Amino acid sequence: MGSRSIFSTFKRDYQLWVMVFPAIAVILIFNYIPMYGIQLAFRDFDFSKGLTGGEWRGLFYFKQFWESFLFTDLMRNTFMISFTSIIIGFPAPILLALVLNQIRRKKMKQLMQTTVYLPHFISIIVLVGMMNVLLSPETGIVGYFMKSVGFGNINLLASTSTFIPVNIISEIWQHCGWNSIIYLAALSTVDPQLYDSAKMDGASRWQTIRYIDFPALIPTIVILFILSMGNILSTGFEKIFLMQNSLNLPVSEVIATYVYKIGIVSNQFSYASAIGLFNTLINFIFLFAMNAISKKASNTSLF
Amino acid sequence: MIRERLNGSEILFRVVLSVLCAIIFLSIIYPLYFIVIASISDSTLVSTGKVLFMPKNISFFGYNQIFQDDRIWNGYRNTVFYTLAGTFVNLLITLPAAYVLSRREFRARRLIMVVFVITMFFNGGLIPTYLLMKDLHLTNTMWMFILPFCVNVFYLIIARTFFESSLPSELYEAAAIDGCSHFGFFVRIALPLSKALISVIGLYYLVGHWNDFFTGLIYIRDNKLQPLQIVLRDILLSNQVFQNGAGTGGAAGGYAQKYADQIKYGVIIVSTLPILVIYPFLQKYFEKGVLIGSVKG
Repeated sequence: MGSRSIFSTFKRDYQLWVMVFPAIAVILIFNYIPMYGIQLAFRDFDFSKGLTGGEWRGLFYFKQFWESFLFTDLMRNTFMISFTSIIIGFPAPILLALVLNQIRRKKMKQLMQTTVYLPHFISIIVLVGMMNVLLSPETGIVGYFMKSVGFGNINLLASTSTFIPVNIISEIWQHCGWNSIIYLAALSTVDPQLYDSAKMDGASRWQTIRYIDFPALIPTIVILFILSMGNILSTGFEKIFLMQNSLNLPVSEVIATYVYKIGIVSNQFSYASAIGLFNTLINFIFLFAMNAISKKASNTSLF
Repeated sequence: MIRERLNGSEILFRVVLSVLCAIIFLSIIYPLYFIVIASISDSTLVSTGKVLFMPKNISFFGYNQIFQDDRIWNGYRNTVFYTLAGTFVNLLITLPAAYVLSRREFRARRLIMVVFVITMFFNGGLIPTYLLMKDLHLTNTMWMFILPFCVNVFYLIIARTFFESSLPSELYEAAAIDGCSHFGFFVRIALPLSKALISVIGLYYLVGHWNDFFTGLIYIRDNKLQPLQIVLRDILLSNQVFQNGAGTGGAAGGYAQKYADQIKYGVIIVSTLPILVIYPFLQKYFEKGVLIGSVKG
């Protein structure tokens, strides 16, 4: 059998193969060839010999990164930025979903949902641009009010102490609503009879949130939390990159932006690949660790 | 019918709920509203906090400047083209593949799914990807915006799950008896039944292209090919507000200073409006899209 049965299903299914082939080709070329190219992190880059032709250097470039004077700063910044956005940014959509779910009037709920999803569609450039014009100490409205309340001439975008709060608040403003969709969807699957019987028993609406809504969200929360822990060292490149300036650089230089500068701007391809791969590996370790912990603790896991 | 009892706790709850909703609503809408009124108000009044609720000294100078700036229009043209062509290619490749992977009789579907899903968790990283694009001579071409990442595996899974749940296998069997092939079934039956799905995924892809700035930053050097978002970066963040480079000093400098912000506010609106206009029409599908996608594949 073997090859013959594959051949016979191939003949039967050739139209299906035709339809799926472009997607396979695109994924293999643009996702798998770069994965094969990861070996660049262990090799020198040789323009004449292509992606994988350079001399084998083993862990040389990783060592260069560990011993680099920027290593601790980069790790600390990357970790701080993503850790604070998880700690504060993760619960926000859960709370928002619990609030939105309590709105009884259909029209009102619709209006609120349309509103909170809206900022998700604004581009990162426009978001950072908005922050620039609004928070500017000379001409921005927020800067103006900060001055009149007596905070002085503080530039929220160009200070090491305000970079992280500004980043988190804008993050929540932009994505909290969108991220609440999945929790709202989970809440909509709660059996309405539960609410009826809770009401019969005289439960207040606070109690229904505490004892019905919140428990209903727990599986979703666990899964999403594992996934976000798997991104502990992925701060995202674009927003941080656009918010960077020479004054906040001591706290805003993260691995992703450093890889860009080392690799794309100054063409040290092997070194940049090694840093990128190091980042990916740490994320993987966190993902697997969190998955194992939650499997033990709550029997919920990704894989 | 049971009359709802309004005891103290319930009243308190409603008050807290209303206040919370009002705060959430205003904190999202007000900054956007402020940008709108600031774009048509006198910049000096805006920066000294005199423009809060209504526009003052209305002038359309900012918009005038924007409409005369060919950097912006060139970027706009490019972005519209990349968005339309890109979304078309996205759907052209994603939807048939999702349909195939939803067919249970397709033997290779498990293997192909695994190959696809791995890419959600692991990738080659920026540098190997960049070097590949260079080797393929895709950098500095418009294809960069359309071809390389035209299959988003997450959207593919949403589409596949949708086809699985909305196209019962009896439907295909009945069509097959009438001599309908997979091509025919997909085009004449599956697609027309999937308007909601196509709108959701289409919108996701479309917004992704419209807001894409990474591709332009990394892979494109030619100014003529740059999308709107890169032009926006020059204007909003690098402060190159005026095309002719005014704003650096002299008489034109003070003039520029005064109007630069008004132009920035205007640019924010001009560049974001198209997305915000189509979004509410498709909003009703979002929850459905996410719900379908969250079912484990």
